[in-house]
Amino acid sequence: MLGYILKRLLYAVPVTLAVSIICFSLVQLAPGDPLTVVLPADASQEIVDQTRARYGLDKPLPTQYLLWLSNVLQGDLGTSIASGRSVSSEIGHAIGYTLSVAVLACLLALVAGLALGLVAGYTMGSPMDKIASATAISGVSVPHYWLGIVLVVFFSVKLGWFPAMGAGRSGQSLGDALSFMILPVLTMAAMPAGIITRSVRALVAEKLGQEFVTALRAKGMTSPHIFAHVVKNAAPTALAVIGVQMGYLMAGSILVETVFAWPGTGLLLNNAILTRDIPLLQGTILVLALIFVALNLIVDILQPLFDPRIQRA
Amino acid sequence: MTVSENALSAQPTRSQGYWSNVWRKLLRDRVSVACMIVLAVIILSAIFAPLLTSYDPAIGSVVQRLKPPLTDGYILGTDELGRDMLTRLLYGGRMSLIMGILPVLLALLIGGTLGTVAGFVGGWTNTIIMRATDVVFAFPSILLAVAIAGALGSGLLNALIALTVVLIPPMVRVTESATTQVRSLDFVEAARASGAGGLTIIRVHILGNILAPIVVYATSLLSVAIIMSAGLSFIGLGTKPPTPEWGLMLNTLRSAIYSQPLIAALPGVFIFAVSLSFNLLSDGLRSAMDMS
Repeated sequence: MLGYILKRLLYAVPVTLAVSIICFSLVQLAPGDPLTVVLPADASQEIVDQTRARYGLDKPLPTQYLLWLSNVLQGDLGTSIASGRSVSSEIGHAIGYTLSVAVLACLLALVAGLALGLVAGYTMGSPMDKIASATAISGVSVPHYWLGIVLVVFFSVKLGWFPAMGAGRSGQSLGDALSFMILPVLTMAAMPAGIITRSVRALVAEKLGQEFVTALRAKGMTSPHIFAHVVKNAAPTALAVIGVQMGYLMAGSILVETVFAWPGTGLLLNNAILTRDIPLLQGTILVLALIFVALNLIVDILQPLFDPRIQRA
Repeated sequence: MTVSENALSAQPTRSQGYWSNVWRKLLRDRVSVACMIVLAVIILSAIFAPLLTSYDPAIGSVVQRLKPPLTDGYILGTDELGRDMLTRLLYGGRMSLIMGILPVLLALLIGGTLGTVAGFVGGWTNTIIMRATDVVFAFPSILLAVAIAGALGSGLLNALIALTVVLIPPMVRVTESATTQVRSLDFVEAARASGAGGLTIIRVHILGNILAPIVVYATSLLSVAIIMSAGLSFIGLGTKPPTPEWGLMLNTLRSAIYSQPLIAALPGVFIFAVSLSFNLLSDGLRSAMDMS
């Protein structure tokens, strides 16, 4: 077990390095000289050279990468061109918003997905299963940015129940704060709920057909107990799915946060793209990708604990 | 957005009439048939848009702004610049469908080749190709697409590059695992023993047998790709105005969400319909091929 964890941790090191290299090369990918955005057009050659040296841009690429990496490791992600503030503080402000919506959406998806998946798996082929399965595949197929717009049309424009955009002002009551979160959370929960429903449904159907259930029935175990066994078997899968989905939600938040003008990392990315603020783009992508890598790592390490049968080499 | 590869297993499937058998089973599934009809109608109406409408998708009249659906002369109303909605939705399908389907075809070609080579050759070649794939998998697909398109700057070609790069790794994984399974089957051993070269074995024995899981997977990727490509346009990284495109239309119509909510939500219905149809069709294909 310890060996597995160690091996998995070691494997994460080259992946993390590779992620950092890709994020570093984003600047190289961007067309044009990175200096043109920080310097006036009529800057003299001397000033251009000085600035180039100051940013380390006169050095070969591998040296530039190591310089950048050592800065990143010290928490310095550069300076946002648009706001002039440090990228890490911009992300620090935004990440809490993204995290809170993603966590709530995951909880909702977990509950809804488990419930729908269990119902569908237990009643395979029945109208109940058809409804649950149709809901699930709609959740997986729906463009979530459009779902957000539809929810705004219904709940904000027609019914006036929840605010359509923003996160409210500071110092508001918890209820007010939550009212701003409801629509983004619903929107974000659709896809993971659909995925969990589909995998739990398949899993329940598989378990119900397995020998241990037949054996339990033969030994006279009642349905509620068998149900408990099935849930115990389905839970690790649902948890693994939700762990990975959490990363997808945080990273994929750019579209949903744009719809709701929710001030998280997604909106930050959107602004970075609109203003061509490459340092902000690079820093935000790096942080979100590292969170994704970390969540995958956690899922891989936790899964054998929940389900001892998984003994990965 | 998820690009998750399912455990698609390759079995020795190639026999006389395998595909016609799959096709027969598919035609017996009402949901699959409905999906194929929906897709055919949307694709054909995009191709023949000029025959179906007399309006120009780029020209509108300011006095006719945001007319509700069923207004005289405008069956689905008009957009924020007074352009006929139906016309823009029909023409918009061209760009949305091309930008959703083309990246999948490119990924199929590039990723499929890499995956077949990795699976067939094995050894170091396999390690290098698969580890490189792992790196791209370390990013959630939509984030990487946004990162690449965002760094390259907006534009169709950049969005196409971003989407293709993101879709290649899952294609490599599915092809590699299918090839590895088929490679160890008896008839491949037999072919090798009777002196067939690598390329011949791939062409004659491997491709036919890995096609089924790859087709199923590519169909479900179409659903993901259509949502992602419209999503890139939605945040200004794909199509540029005045070119009609469903994702971009959703974005520009956000200003109309209070005055004409129905029109504001309309382009998304088409993205949803196409994406749902491809997903259901992928499920239908899977069960028609007995891959459950």
